Amino acid sequence: MPTKIHPALIGFTVLVFFFLVGPLVIVLGSALSDTTYLTFPPQGISLRWFQNIFEIDAFRRTILTSLQVAVISTFVALLIGIPASYAMSRYRIQLPGWLSTLFVLPVLVPELVLGFSLLKNLAFQFNAPIFLSLIIGHTILILPYVIRVISASLASFDFSIEEAAISLGSPPLKTFFTVLLPNVRSGVIAAFILAFITSVNDVSISIFLTGPGISTLPIQLLAHMEQFFDPTVASVSVLLMVLTVAVMAIVERTLGLTFLAK
Amino acid sequence: MTKPLSIRNITAHYGQTKVLEDLSLDIAEGELVSLLGASGCGKTTTLRLVAGFLQPTSGSITLGGKDLTKLPAHQRDIGLVFQNYALFPHLTVAENVGFGLKQRGISGDAKTKRVGAMLERVGLAHLAERLPGALSGGQKQRVALARALVIEPPLLMFDEPLSNLDAKLRVDMRVEIRQLQRANGTTSVYVTHDQEEAFSISDRVAIMHAGKIMQLDTPENLYQRPANAFVARFVGFENLVPMKVVARDGAKITAEAAGGVKLTLGLEHFGAIPDNFVLACRADGLAVTDNAAAEGIPATLGLRTYLGRAYQYQSETAAGMLVANGPLSKPLEPGSNAKLVPVPDQCTILAVE
Repeated sequence: MPTKIHPALIGFTVLVFFFLVGPLVIVLGSALSDTTYLTFPPQGISLRWFQNIFEIDAFRRTILTSLQVAVISTFVALLIGIPASYAMSRYRIQLPGWLSTLFVLPVLVPELVLGFSLLKNLAFQFNAPIFLSLIIGHTILILPYVIRVISASLASFDFSIEEAAISLGSPPLKTFFTVLLPNVRSGVIAAFILAFITSVNDVSISIFLTGPGISTLPIQLLAHMEQFFDPTVASVSVLLMVLTVAVMAIVERTLGLTFLAK
Repeated sequence: MTKPLSIRNITAHYGQTKVLEDLSLDIAEGELVSLLGASGCGKTTTLRLVAGFLQPTSGSITLGGKDLTKLPAHQRDIGLVFQNYALFPHLTVAENVGFGLKQRGISGDAKTKRVGAMLERVGLAHLAERLPGALSGGQKQRVALARALVIEPPLLMFDEPLSNLDAKLRVDMRVEIRQLQRANGTTSVYVTHDQEEAFSISDRVAIMHAGKIMQLDTPENLYQRPANAFVARFVGFENLVPMKVVARDGAKITAEAAGGVKLTLGLEHFGAIPDNFVLACRADGLAVTDNAAAEGIPATLGLRTYLGRAYQYQSETAAGMLVANGPLSKPLEPGSNAKLVPVPDQCTILAVE
């Protein structure tokens, strides 16, 4: 006998689906509109607002900056986050309990406060270059996510596997790369994606740290909106979505497949 | 290839807590010695010290004359079998078994041949390309065993290897482990909390308690002649009655326990008996009888339980509560008076501690 689904449940599911997908559809529709102002449903179909992004020099530059900042800060965060999560899981008993809380503290501090204090203490105090400030700010922003996600995947890792490898003659550092990392692969991929998306979409920290000549895409988007209210805003948003999905796909493919082939 | 292991005066701490105290243990070439005890007795700590995952506070560990104490774990060349198998989830069965050979620079045909031969020996050749996730518990433990044996280590160590398997498989696997160990003649340390398991496969067993070895002996000696009260209780001597010799008469002595209970014991069975001693009896070693004329410990019977081969009685005596067994042919009612007659075969004499 097939399970009977209550009509209300179906209705609710459809509502949730619309709630999640609806805004994306509206943004996409507006981006395709052939008008000079934002409107939905689109009036006429045109790709000219997408073309417009690349005609505006500021957008071209900020897309590149955003990608560079996201990639570099994600790698730095992984470089710090993986060993930190490993140490906290491996030596959980020996280490004080507040240590893992310390690493997720940045999440608890409002991002605006974080951005402002970085501006005051990093950019002003040390006159740090804008690009470097952005990397540092974004790394601090995404590190808690990286540590949370990788710690979660390490929680189910049986460290006696590592000891088995060592007892069979594999030095500890080599064991880390050949035994531990392949087994937390999905955690690392998830952390990468989450960190990358958070960095690319960040406004509240970047807004303090960007400056003359160097800006990120969301900040440039804000600046553009202040002057023009044309569908470029929507087309940039679509571009951001496509970019994010593309990165997810690439990471899943490359990291996923190379580790599987091993 | 196989080598004797010598542990000398090892003391170990976890933080401030002392977990091993001045422990020494010598295991001969090809011998299998079990470390047996409840959790927290230090048996796993001893194994981890030998494996190199822990450092002792003092003392030394040598394998075939080579000092291991300061050697990193990956250079100790010891085959380890873990409780939870610890197979590499991302590698196939063949790759798991070949892992140790790869670390030793053995590759290509030589590696394939040795891995194949080893899998053949543990009966898993047909599963070589499977991932560990697709194996049953028994199969996983065989892979773990093959992985440890294929490197032909001078020392094999087992950390409760069978405790995750069901009862039937556990018995089969321990026979298999013993056969493989015998065939290779590899010196082995076997950690377990299961007395039957330890006694059935070991040359000698070390019974451990609170970071010390209470007795190290053959299973037969441990079972029949425990050296102290702890070991006696551990191997099932439930009744420990302190006694004092009051009369010696040739081959017999008469001794008195608390409450004025008197017993006559024959020296031909117990050997020399000191003036003060502890009589240790299994429940089978105190036969319950309602014959008032029998010479034994007078008792008032309490709760009766059915054991299948006998009835067991909680018996109140002047020397304290004792556990004794009586024949199935004659169940006695709780509250009745009876005598508990010592059966020399199931009793032993301990020194007063």
